[in-house]
Amino acid sequence: MNIQHNIESERMSFWEKIYLPEIGRGLALTFKQMFKPTFTRQYPEEKWIPTGSYRGRPVLVLEEEGERCVACGLCSRVCPALAIEVRAAETDKVKERYPEKFEINMLRCIYCGFCEEVCPEEAIIMSKDYELVFINPQDAILGKDKLLIPIAQLQDRLEFLRQYR
Amino acid sequence: MDAIPVGALIIGAKLFIIVNGLLVIAAYLVYFERKISAWMQNRIGPNRVGPLGLFQSFADVFKLWTKEDIVPAMVDKRYHLIAPLISMTVAMAAYAVIPFGEYYVNGANIMAVAPGINIGILYILAMSSIGVYGITLAGWSSNNKYSLLGGLRSAAQMISYELSMGLALIGALMISGSLDLVEIVKAQAGGKWNVIFQPLGFLIFLVAAFAETNRAPFDLPEAEPELVGGYHTEYSGMKFGLFYLAEYVNMFTASCLMALIYLGGWDIPFLYEQLAGIGIGQGNPLLGFIQFGVFFAKVVPMLFLFYWVRWSLPRFRYDQLMNLGWKIMLPLALANILLTGTGIMLLKHFGIM
Repeated sequence: MNIQHNIESERMSFWEKIYLPEIGRGLALTFKQMFKPTFTRQYPEEKWIPTGSYRGRPVLVLEEEGERCVACGLCSRVCPALAIEVRAAETDKVKERYPEKFEINMLRCIYCGFCEEVCPEEAIIMSKDYELVFINPQDAILGKDKLLIPIAQLQDRLEFLRQYR
Repeated sequence: MDAIPVGALIIGAKLFIIVNGLLVIAAYLVYFERKISAWMQNRIGPNRVGPLGLFQSFADVFKLWTKEDIVPAMVDKRYHLIAPLISMTVAMAAYAVIPFGEYYVNGANIMAVAPGINIGILYILAMSSIGVYGITLAGWSSNNKYSLLGGLRSAAQMISYELSMGLALIGALMISGSLDLVEIVKAQAGGKWNVIFQPLGFLIFLVAAFAETNRAPFDLPEAEPELVGGYHTEYSGMKFGLFYLAEYVNMFTASCLMALIYLGGWDIPFLYEQLAGIGIGQGNPLLGFIQFGVFFAKVVPMLFLFYWVRWSLPRFRYDQLMNLGWKIMLPLALANILLTGTGIMLLKHFGIM
């Protein structure tokens, strides 16, 4: 049997079937919207500053004594996208080990934050930097010179990690 | 070599003004469409190119000019080229008879390209019917199933709504007693606007005009979700731009028609008596500008209505479109003719008209 009950046309009232009052209501709604404030942010001029929970470009923490990283290679091991390459070397300082070479390929990085999670020294953390534009693949491989960021600039993230992890 | 007749020069100047004016108007219609849609969605809209983004549309057109014009290998090249030209030419041809005012120089109305043509509305209806060829040919020559569907939809839709449109106009024509647009405006002088006597006819004409110009909620020929852009899927560069501009020119034509036939054109009750009182009558060029201004002030709300409806209502389903066209609009248009005829007969019988 191909008989349908309670279909849309049966549920509608007379005025809804006439359709014009409903059009008027729809038009009134959009007209009201015209006078409401906009939510647009004028991006290059007005930048969005993320909170500490934001996972931007991973960076290495730079303290006064030098970098925190001890080149254990865990981040490189855990990285699902194989974006991190670490080569360790030894020094005479207290920490004994430091990364001779530390490279993150930003074309591979998926901003998962596993490196940050696995790091025993809290040396690699996610920054707020989201403006990542490279004009060739070589530029996208960030070395230590670009990765090391003074600890003062990373307080929000460190605070967040201490609070929620 | 004979000297060029003055009449030809005047016609040429009018054509130059109309064609270039229309292109600029179409460009700014695109700009305002984007602005108004942005406001309705709590956005800002284009604001980068020039002050308030006013040069955005010129940037867009320049982009279209400089883009590569891709012609797919399997298209019918001749018709693929002709289709956008038909769309644009026919859209502009309607302006031959649309008057923007009534200002006489040497006994000729210079506010229209071809004044005093006594088939005015008929000509515009004919032109808007030819416009469907552009879209249908585009769909057919693209050799693309979606484009073909878009073209077919367009043809079916235009035929269905052209009927109601013509029949709705008949009511207004019965009152005015002429097909000449200037005469129709004259018949409405002094606030006797057709929209007051023909509210149903105006409504039907409005809906049919939306369908004729392929604007939402009747933009089935280019329904993006179903037809990937419909008839202009295979077009790029300025050929696509021509379709795009033609749509806006058609929209402007429809708004002009509504203003002329139903909203009294350049008429505002008592305005011209007052103006004549202070010396602005026939012979004073200021009159032409005032008439043009009044006319434009009536066209703009109609254009806003086009945008407003587009950004408020969802698209019709195809069967709903056909149901509305044939089962509701056509009977209503016929009823409108009957009512108008009865009304005129009664008024004549009692000697009021």
